[in-house]
Amino acid sequence: MARPRPEPIQVVKHRRDAALRALVDGVPYIRFLNISFDRRGDELTGVLNFDDKLIGNPLLPAIHGGVTAAFLEVTAVITLSWEHMFPRIESGEIDADAIMTDKSIRFPKTIDFTVDYLRSGLPRDAYARAFINRAGRRYASVRVEAWQDHHSKLFAQGTGHFLMPQNRTDKS
Amino acid sequence: MVDKTVLARQFIEAIPHARALGLKLMQIGEGEAEISMPYNEDLIGDPRTGVIHGGAVSTILDTCCGAAVMSHPAAPGGTATIDLRIDYMRAATPGQTITARASCYHITRNVAFVRATAMDEDHDDPVATASGSFTVEGK
Repeated sequence: MARPRPEPIQVVKHRRDAALRALVDGVPYIRFLNISFDRRGDELTGVLNFDDKLIGNPLLPAIHGGVTAAFLEVTAVITLSWEHMFPRIESGEIDADAIMTDKSIRFPKTIDFTVDYLRSGLPRDAYARAFINRAGRRYASVRVEAWQDHHSKLFAQGTGHFLMPQNRTDKS
Repeated sequence: MVDKTVLARQFIEAIPHARALGLKLMQIGEGEAEISMPYNEDLIGDPRTGVIHGGAVSTILDTCCGAAVMSHPAAPGGTATIDLRIDYMRAATPGQTITARASCYHITRNVAFVRATAMDEDHDDPVATASGSFTVEGK
């Protein structure tokens, strides 16, 4: 059997980047903190673009602990949503334009989130990557790590549990 | 003597990120603090419902816990978060102010233990709770 020709790179990139952009740019709070995402294949890295309004301790100065928690949580939810939707983005079932408007596309909800503050967040950009420990049908467990200058020197890490969107087709 | 509450309010409200969120210190003293955050469309986490993002709720809880530690009679000065766990019970009602109340229920020379609750205008049905440990720093 002949293998189908792979899609042209620009088609693949456009589809994935448009879907990711819709997922991230559609959320006002992510824009407020100015968090963006770098994508390599299906791997995402959250970037917290530094701004003075993120400061929580003006004397040090250091990034606000709440901002660090929010950055980890945003990275966890976006990564989990991305992995959850990726097969349907690839198949064309989910269109980038529909991600924030189609009410049938639902997102994981945070149940709990724990942050471990390892060192103070310096007044510069920060990066975060999430690892899905387990994504079940109802619940997911996600670990996130965040760093600044050196990936091996994390300034915070977190673990969260999430309620996965339930398929409601059987109820309608 | 200058009112400690006034000083604490000025201190909290001078934090750049607290200003960005519009945080207001309502009460403080003896290891207890109350902070409010008005509804703000910039903090929406789900544009389809207008519900505030959990991250903004984490920030008001973290700030309120830190304020409670600093207001404890046994705390000499500043503090930093060591660990914070947030449980999200329900979505905050869109349009409503969120209020956090924190209590520093135990403090040693080095560590402060804090619990906090975040509510919208229905104070009987919390939006989120937090529990954490904080450093105790000298003056």
